[in-house]
Amino acid sequence: MNVFQPEAPLLQVHNVTRYYGDRIGCLDVSFDLWPGEVLAIVGESGSGKTTLLNCLSTRLAPTAGAIEYRMRDGAMRNLYQLTEAERRLLMRTDWGFVHQNAADGLRMNVSAGANVGERLMAVGDRHYGNIRSTADDWLGRVEIESDRIDDDPRSFSGGMRQRLQIARNLVTRPRLVFMDEPTGGLDVSVQARLLDLLRRLVADLGLSVVIVTHDLAVARLLSHRIMVMRHGNVIEAGLTDQVLDDPREPYTQLLVSSILQV
Amino acid sequence: MAVRLYLNSVGKTFTMHLQGGTVIPVVEKVEFSVDAGECVVLGGPSGAGKSSILKMIYGNYRCDQGQILVTVGDEIVNVAGAKPRDILKLRSDTIGYVSQFLRTIPRVSAEDVVAEPLIAQGSSEEEGRDKARTLLARLNVPERLWTLPPATFSGGEQQRVNIARGFIAHYPILLLDEPTASLDAANRAVVVRLVEEKKAQGVAMVGILHDQDVRQEIADRIIDVTSFSSEVAA
Repeated sequence: MNVFQPEAPLLQVHNVTRYYGDRIGCLDVSFDLWPGEVLAIVGESGSGKTTLLNCLSTRLAPTAGAIEYRMRDGAMRNLYQLTEAERRLLMRTDWGFVHQNAADGLRMNVSAGANVGERLMAVGDRHYGNIRSTADDWLGRVEIESDRIDDDPRSFSGGMRQRLQIARNLVTRPRLVFMDEPTGGLDVSVQARLLDLLRRLVADLGLSVVIVTHDLAVARLLSHRIMVMRHGNVIEAGLTDQVLDDPREPYTQLLVSSILQV
Repeated sequence: MAVRLYLNSVGKTFTMHLQGGTVIPVVEKVEFSVDAGECVVLGGPSGAGKSSILKMIYGNYRCDQGQILVTVGDEIVNVAGAKPRDILKLRSDTIGYVSQFLRTIPRVSAEDVVAEPLIAQGSSEEEGRDKARTLLARLNVPERLWTLPPATFSGGEQQRVNIARGFIAHYPILLLDEPTASLDAANRAVVVRLVEEKKAQGVAMVGILHDQDVRQEIADRIIDVTSFSSEVAA
């Protein structure tokens, strides 16, 4: 169908498998991710979704399979054949990783401004005034008041820390962001604010996102496409509203029917 | 007239795995086409499969059998076999869905909810908001509500916000899922006029309308969905 966008995928995942000894982490997972696309990986604890996310983000080498990524120069590269220096540069510039626990993604003993500015320095920015004003701008975009720029994140609430972590990740204008339960552990009003913020930023920046969540409402709000995992296998995948409104597999039907109605 | 939409031998069943694998046949051999500027209304009692047909055309339900062919420019696309991102593209440019149920998004104002589909088609934010205000005014949504998120609106107000959202953009195909249910007479008349304007622009429409008066006013053709019932075969 060439009436549609002719552009090429950003990420291509081929038969990725990860074993932990004899146990399966994830098995034979393949998919493509296009620019601007948000893919949610859902499933219960232990289903392999975080294993898969870690394999994709080069934090955990797969036992088998290949992952290719389109570099800024347009060339497809196998992630596990990059040099360590190339891989680190990619993670610091072109990618983001939003952890469930903000403390894992932030430096807790330096200021909010420095947390954001650090990523800019990593890509070669050296002008203090520019770094500070960019950091201030990003704090504003994630709704953190300017007068908190010199405070360190230990004095921030959980929701603020999570927003700071998002600013730190997005300041280098990444093309691909991985998120691991970004709204987990936050109370619902804080969650709603964060989700709305994420939804806007993702759309405004045209980000590609792979988001792991067990919350189907989060998947529905943020994602275009969904993959349901169970026991390390992708058991059902497709358009988010199609999978949630017309689930085909027994396990997906169980997941969807288990949502509490408010 | 140009055919915009053609359903070719479409069939749908649900398998309820949580109820011991019960198979619920919904429809089979659904066959009809809709021309540009035509409004086809699906008739039949509740449970006959009207909504399922609409949802299959929108790609919200999977289509198990047959083809759902949509004209896009000078190409023909089969929704039944389309990839997720192709369906999303169809939904932003080609097929609109007007329903009564608003899925509210926290912190997004009514006028932005309404303007979004038009902006997604490339209009400026200003143009989108202007047109959104015009539509909200036509549908008698009080002006003081326009800048507020609709989560706290009354049911009727939310419904009209969603109707405005459904009608704002330019889609060659529009699906109407009971857009007039529980509206008062004045607002029903507004919806009828909106449908007539779309018809005049050559939009092909498929609707579910229980309201007899509205149906008489806008339907060019009524298709009895019970003729596609698969229970006959079972």
